Amino acid sequence: MPVITRRQLLASTACVLAVEGLSRAVARTYAGALPWEPFDGSPPAMERPGPSRFFTHDEARAIEAIVDRLIPRDELSVGGKDAGCADFIDRQLRGPFGDSRQLYMRPPFAKGAIEQGPQSPVVPTQRYRAGLAALDAYCKRNFSGQGFASLAPAEQDDVLRRLEAGRVPDAEEQQAFFELVLQNTMEGFFADPIYGGNRDMVAWKMIGFPGVRYDFRDHVEKHNVKYPLPPVGLMGRADWATLR
Amino acid sequence: MPTKLRRTDVVVIGLGWSGAILANELTDEGLDVVALERGPWRDTARDLSINFVPDELRYNARLDLVLRPAQQTFTVRNNAGQTALPMREFGSFHPGNGVGGAGVHWAGITWRFPPSDFRLRSHLSERYGAAAIPSDMTIQDWGTSYQEMEPFYDKFEYLAGVSGRAGNLQGTIQDGGNPFEGARQRDYPNPPLKVTFGPKLFADTARSMGYRPFPIPSALLSRPYINPLGVAMGECTFCGFCTNYGCANYSKASAQTTVLPVLMLKPNFKVRTECEVLRINVDKSGTSTTGVTYVDSSNREWEQPADLVIVCAFMLDNVRLLLLSGVGKPFDFRTGEGQVGRNFSYQTQNSAQGFFDNKRFNFNPFIGGGATGMAIDELNNDNFDHGLLGFFGGGSTRCAPIGAAPILTRPIPPGTPRWGGTWKKATVDSYLSTISVGCESSSYSDRNNFLDLDPTYKDRLGRPLMRITFDFPENDLKMSQYVTAKVAEIVRTMGASQVVPSPRTGHWSVVPYQSTHTVGGAIMGADPSNSVVNKYLQTWDVPNLFVVGASAFPQNSGFNPTGTVGALAFKAADAIRNLYLKAPGPLVRA
Repeated sequence: MPVITRRQLLASTACVLAVEGLSRAVARTYAGALPWEPFDGSPPAMERPGPSRFFTHDEARAIEAIVDRLIPRDELSVGGKDAGCADFIDRQLRGPFGDSRQLYMRPPFAKGAIEQGPQSPVVPTQRYRAGLAALDAYCKRNFSGQGFASLAPAEQDDVLRRLEAGRVPDAEEQQAFFELVLQNTMEGFFADPIYGGNRDMVAWKMIGFPGVRYDFRDHVEKHNVKYPLPPVGLMGRADWATLR
Repeated sequence: MPTKLRRTDVVVIGLGWSGAILANELTDEGLDVVALERGPWRDTARDLSINFVPDELRYNARLDLVLRPAQQTFTVRNNAGQTALPMREFGSFHPGNGVGGAGVHWAGITWRFPPSDFRLRSHLSERYGAAAIPSDMTIQDWGTSYQEMEPFYDKFEYLAGVSGRAGNLQGTIQDGGNPFEGARQRDYPNPPLKVTFGPKLFADTARSMGYRPFPIPSALLSRPYINPLGVAMGECTFCGFCTNYGCANYSKASAQTTVLPVLMLKPNFKVRTECEVLRINVDKSGTSTTGVTYVDSSNREWEQPADLVIVCAFMLDNVRLLLLSGVGKPFDFRTGEGQVGRNFSYQTQNSAQGFFDNKRFNFNPFIGGGATGMAIDELNNDNFDHGLLGFFGGGSTRCAPIGAAPILTRPIPPGTPRWGGTWKKATVDSYLSTISVGCESSSYSDRNNFLDLDPTYKDRLGRPLMRITFDFPENDLKMSQYVTAKVAEIVRTMGASQVVPSPRTGHWSVVPYQSTHTVGGAIMGADPSNSVVNKYLQTWDVPNLFVVGASAFPQNSGFNPTGTVGALAFKAADAIRNLYLKAPGPLVRA
């Protein structure tokens, strides 16, 4: 075992500071050794199903209905709701993604060319809150007082297509809302199950992605041969649970 | 007022590939070296653990290893008539952050630029006549030659353990290697990686069409290896979590896996992390740096005096530090005068995607890495006659499956809905049976593309952001059309039932990821009137200041840049050790 000299903190910088977007940031000097410590990584915490952390009850119902139309239940897979996509989005909105804390959010905010990228001051939590409220109002106005979750699937698909195409009031904001929901739904469906979506690795099984096996050396040269093993996630597999 | 620290021999700004190589070489010389790194400490055991590193959401979608725009970003516009706006999130390119820099999350493709590229303007003038080069195309010679670069390419390849097959051994063309490469003194340190079905089919097809395919030179190792510093590396497992991820196997070469285990043990080296350099201090004469001033994570300012300052940050930040420190003359696009910020260029990404019959083709696209596959070089640089084509340049064409984690890799044929039952069926139908062939193409510098400081937007410390003014020159757009048509023909011949060619068209957009191969702005050359550093990466104006990295490229080749960045780092180190320390002062007389 090498002798491990612990990180030597600069005397002046021994306190952790909340620099914007850099929660772990602290100035340190390293010298004389590799500053290695066992079990000192930062794995993600497992997200568990349960009550919403961000969405209100009505918002959660609407999101569940949306993800169930974006990824409908059929012979290929369960629907987006049962896959955990709504839970995934709810948990993501409570993390660094939700408030854009890692992005450049300084003013002035100006509208630019599309090639200059997103320029909105609206962060995802705000976009979901406002987008769902506008969707609710739109549905109630056009479907005799019913919210999105109460519509028939064909009606829901029609509303989503209108959002996608900008054929609703406040089209630009609602299109941006739709794009965000679509992005996050797909992230939830295909991400590692540790984040609360892709429950039971349903999406990975569906397409034949074997997950985090991390070693394919024995299959590289088996050309045009189906990979034989089922997927594994960061938490392992459900059928390993008894081994824990 | 900054607190003044004890003087050191050398300050290295940025501990990525270049910084680690320079620090290791100069500590070997007995110098005391302090590296300042704006991001966190990172090592394989602690930060790139197999327990959590294969995580597509965290690393590929949320870009956890990439610089946070909140810490620093860039403003962008396509031309000087527009108002530049900030990249609020990174898309087009992914600057590194932390120890190892972008060399932690890179793909690992490790090329040498060909001999003709180091004297590009001279070469094209000799072959096609000087009048054939458009007046706005500001390409120029590097002020060095392939012959001078060769020993340093060799050093970098052996440091990194590059796996590949030589194409030109001491002037003799080798079967199965790249016949267009410059003469190399010896073969790669490791044999080529195995390849999956897609690259095999690509190579067989290309060969049948008269091309000469060869394995992509790769800094993902084909076997266990101990490099010349005595650092042991592992064998690539084709895990498919490579580009944008760190490697848990010690098989992707990086500062972590090749240099730091030796460098960190040296008593004359230390690195200060989460310390961002504010400026390079230059004395009143304007001809000597006295060190740097930096800010730590408690926003406290420090002055680190040094006899030698070596700037090894991300290339855009190299240029920005010069501008913020008043070193050199800023480029003025209206007059064409000034050097700092001039000749910014990029990389022109092209590809053709093939959808194959899923009953007959299964590519297992999730098996791979950033640099596992096969390439051809007939469509690159000046390897084909441009006489009647109306453009210059080209690209390296390769089939290199980097992995296919499905948040971002789930191809569907154009025209398919993006959600619902039809989308789902198309996704399932296409996932295993779709493959792309890319053409990573040259980007030739242009008078209208440049870097300067933004007049409006500031970073968290109140300093102006770097402003990028860039669009694809007409030359490069024509080149894209030409090479992509050829690539699409190969994919069709491979047996694809549907081919989707994607030549670069229209304006440069910061939204889709293209590559982190931004280059130029502090370019090297033979003449201080059109370059910032001489052929030893030493600034013309301040002899004890060196600026190392892709900022030195006068234009970009149809190749990934890291092999050349590594070679330039060794070249600068060699010049400091063997020339500068013996006689401090300008190494080239202007």
